[in-house]
Amino acid sequence: MVNIEIDGISLEAEQGDMIIEVADAAGVSIPRFCYHHKLSVAANCRMCLVEVENIPKAVPACATPVADGMKVQTRSPRAREAQKSVMEFLLINHPLDCPICDQGGECELQDIAMGYGGDVSQFSEGKRVVVDPYIGPLISTEMTRCIHCTRCVRFGTEVAGIRELGATGRGENMSIGTFIEKSVDSEISGNIIDLCPVGALTSKPYRFSARAWEMGQVPSIASHDCLGSHVNIHVRRGEIMRVVPRDCETINECWLSDRDRFSYTGLESKQRLLQPRIKEKGQWKNVEWQDVFEHIVTKLGGILESEGPEQVGFLAHPSSTTEELYLLQKLARGLKVENIDYRLFQQDFSAQQSDPDYPGLDLTLSDVESLDAMLVIGANLRKEQPLLNIRLRKAAQENGAAITLVNTISPDLNYEPHSNVLLSPQAFADGLRGILKALYLLKGDIPPEQLNSLNVDSWQQVCAEKLLESPNVAVILGAQVSDWPNYHEVREVARLIRSLTSASGGELSWGANAAGAAIAGMVNGESGFNSYEMLENTLQAYVLWGIDPRFDVADPLQAVTNLKQAALSICVNTHYDETTETWADVMLPMAGFGETSGTYVNCLGNWQSFTGAVNPPGEARPGWKILRVLGNFMQLNDFNYTSTTEVIDELRGSICNKLSSAWKAQEGTPHSYSGSELTRVGTHALYRCDSLIRHAVPLQRTKDNTEHSVGLNESTAHRLGLIDGQKIRVRQSGDWLPMVLDIDNALADNAVRVDIGFEGSEVLGLIHKPIYIEGVSE
Amino acid sequence: MAKPEPCLTELLPQEAIASIDHWISKYPPGRQQSAVMAALTIAQDHHGWLTEKLMNGIADYLKMPRIAVYEVASFYSMYHLEPVGKHVISVCTNVSCMLCGSDSVVEHLSKRLGVKLGQTTSDSLITLKEVECLGACGGAPMLEVDKQYHENLTEQKIDEILAGLEK
Ligand code: SF4
Ligand code: FES
Ligand code: FES
Repeated sequence: MVNIEIDGISLEAEQGDMIIEVADAAGVSIPRFCYHHKLSVAANCRMCLVEVENIPKAVPACATPVADGMKVQTRSPRAREAQKSVMEFLLINHPLDCPICDQGGECELQDIAMGYGGDVSQFSEGKRVVVDPYIGPLISTEMTRCIHCTRCVRFGTEVAGIRELGATGRGENMSIGTFIEKSVDSEISGNIIDLCPVGALTSKPYRFSARAWEMGQVPSIASHDCLGSHVNIHVRRGEIMRVVPRDCETINECWLSDRDRFSYTGLESKQRLLQPRIKEKGQWKNVEWQDVFEHIVTKLGGILESEGPEQVGFLAHPSSTTEELYLLQKLARGLKVENIDYRLFQQDFSAQQSDPDYPGLDLTLSDVESLDAMLVIGANLRKEQPLLNIRLRKAAQENGAAITLVNTISPDLNYEPHSNVLLSPQAFADGLRGILKALYLLKGDIPPEQLNSLNVDSWQQVCAEKLLESPNVAVILGAQVSDWPNYHEVREVARLIRSLTSASGGELSWGANAAGAAIAGMVNGESGFNSYEMLENTLQAYVLWGIDPRFDVADPLQAVTNLKQAALSICVNTHYDETTETWADVMLPMAGFGETSGTYVNCLGNWQSFTGAVNPPGEARPGWKILRVLGNFMQLNDFNYTSTTEVIDELRGSICNKLSSAWKAQEGTPHSYSGSELTRVGTHALYRCDSLIRHAVPLQRTKDNTEHSVGLNESTAHRLGLIDGQKIRVRQSGDWLPMVLDIDNALADNAVRVDIGFEGSEVLGLIHKPIYIEGVSE
Repeated sequence: MAKPEPCLTELLPQEAIASIDHWISKYPPGRQQSAVMAALTIAQDHHGWLTEKLMNGIADYLKMPRIAVYEVASFYSMYHLEPVGKHVISVCTNVSCMLCGSDSVVEHLSKRLGVKLGQTTSDSLITLKEVECLGACGGAPMLEVDKQYHENLTEQKIDEILAGLEK
């Protein structure tokens, strides 16, 4: 601790703190452009010059460490003079046309110029002109406005972990860009829009559509991954104009993934469902809510009566709110239906009774940063939970954590893991058992007999050593694992590994609210079908909540076939298109992100409630209201809620024990793997995970979404007589899908990487199941 | 997935790679990026100018982000990012040279060669380039032909230099 004085205020500071940090903490404002508390110090803008006693020249507050007895003046005549001079320099080459700049009104340069700028410019020469590079569908550039603070460049290196932008050229010709035209492809690229203190980098979808002062701000929770990032929704006249991050140190810090930032653009899609619709004699017609409810009462009531509740299934998307999920299962159970599920991609339910109360982690995200060793199984975090990857990367880079990754597909990495192992689906569980065996041996215990036949490879040995010897360790199961036919087998090995070490951890899940769904009871009762059974068998009636069966379930082909055959398929969703018309019989328009209140439970077990920011368009209604009315129409008791708060309070009230994400020990033999044919591996495509995202045009145009290929390793390709870049086609249970081959030697033999959910993939079938592949002549 | 570009070893002859390796070996292990300037110079000496492929090859070879190589290559005026003539005349127009008359040096050269700064003569013999201080302020105004400095320039001296340039 050192004592310093800033503007006459005595302050205590930590040794090594920079003046600006101490001033910020004390609420003394020092102008700055290049300094950002989450980035390294560059000290290149010089805006933060302050006067320090006994130092002859003004010093940059962002790069001057405090010293005991230091006396800092931030507003003395000398400090002001220095700050004003810097401001004048910065404005030499900056356009003075704030009224036509998208950043106008929320520009750090504009704000600071108000306080420190002169009223007339002494600079009468021409200003420099910089060509605006194209950097993709999400970010607009206007590089004459750039003041070379390099925040965007440092963000790429330090946070995003891929350096895409740089400062090329020199002196007056220096410019920020990619140099060779290319898009900026990071999954968290949008953060440079917030970081850029001027209007050089702005949001392409939002650009020139509103002014900061015209908008109101409503806090909310992002709806696409199990982190539940905090956001602010900016609203003008009942319309969502943009989404920006809301600081939350424990979850998203000050960042936001592109998926969470730009998904709102899907709300305006022409494919929004705006009116209840009914199919009668093959013809679709728009109807009133009253009619549609009556229609459902007759149809669903009839099926329940004649076919019994076993012939009805309720399925919901895991990004639905907890209130919706709770009411949906309450409705189902009220109708004696036990076919209820939200686990839409799961194939293996063999040890369901060992499931935790909710899928999640038992450590915080800051714990993740300080881990010393980690085993991460079946996860491509950058494209699944992008902001969790930031924490892992920090653990690896700043804490030197030894991270072992075990996957069936090569993960997109922006740090150096300790080991990065790829196994075939068939060899996966045994691969993990090797670690288990090594743990037993290291602890001096005798491994159980089943492990006798296994060898311990060096990666397994080292991973076991790290997990045993390091103080802070974790074992994390990625959401991918829950899709696999041997999910429970893999999870049980992970549980045993945890039980032999002090590892914390748990599992990640798809969607924003799998934890909330589990807690709300949105899972099949003992006599009921799970999602897989519901869609593999033909039921008479289905209710699909927020689901497009072409992209949101494990086996799209089978699902759509059965939905078509059912007597009644009710689609409750935000969007629809002509394919929805082929399988649905009734469509109910539901409110989407920002249009309803609700609660998400994230993977850390946080219950995060939010209010609606705008009213839903057309006749769309918040899901919980639809269910309330439907409950009443179906003459069920206790469906008279007046708010989501009442719903969530009822759920909370029904929970007696503390909820836990801990896996329970499994009994019996788990489903394990067999078969040696070509097997499909893959993960969920980043921008295809729910209806909103699929209609968010800017995200659909990103490279992450436009470049899908089939991966094979060289030897498998060779055996099949295929070559890199060749046109091929793949098939599972349905039609052939034309694709292009991409040789990926990290893949195991016979593993065929085809991701899930991209446009076209709906003709394929289950993950980790056989797939056929053949060359197509040009 | 980004298709790998041709490897540096396919773009440059064996002896060039050997001398890049020699530069890499001068730095501690893991600090191979420090050899980027040497690598760019060597590549340019072999190819005349730095193509995107060469820069990418160097980036991959030194395990550094490509943009970081572009930054270095575009910062220093001795790297040519476009094709140049057989000879490159680099005129310093920085402060000392400017005060001592670099403007008329440029003017004279432009007139004699029929090209502006940044251009190459139509016979591809000479490229005229403007550069920042070359550290020879004591002999201002100055220019550099290929790797040779010429100081205290006069029109007559410039003419002699031009006359001495081999075709
Ligand atoms: S583009 Fe913006 S963030 Fe990047 S250097 Fe320029 S002013 Fe800074
Ligand atoms: S903020 Fe300190 S130099 Fe830029
Ligand atoms: S200014 Fe020309 S050599 Fe230094």
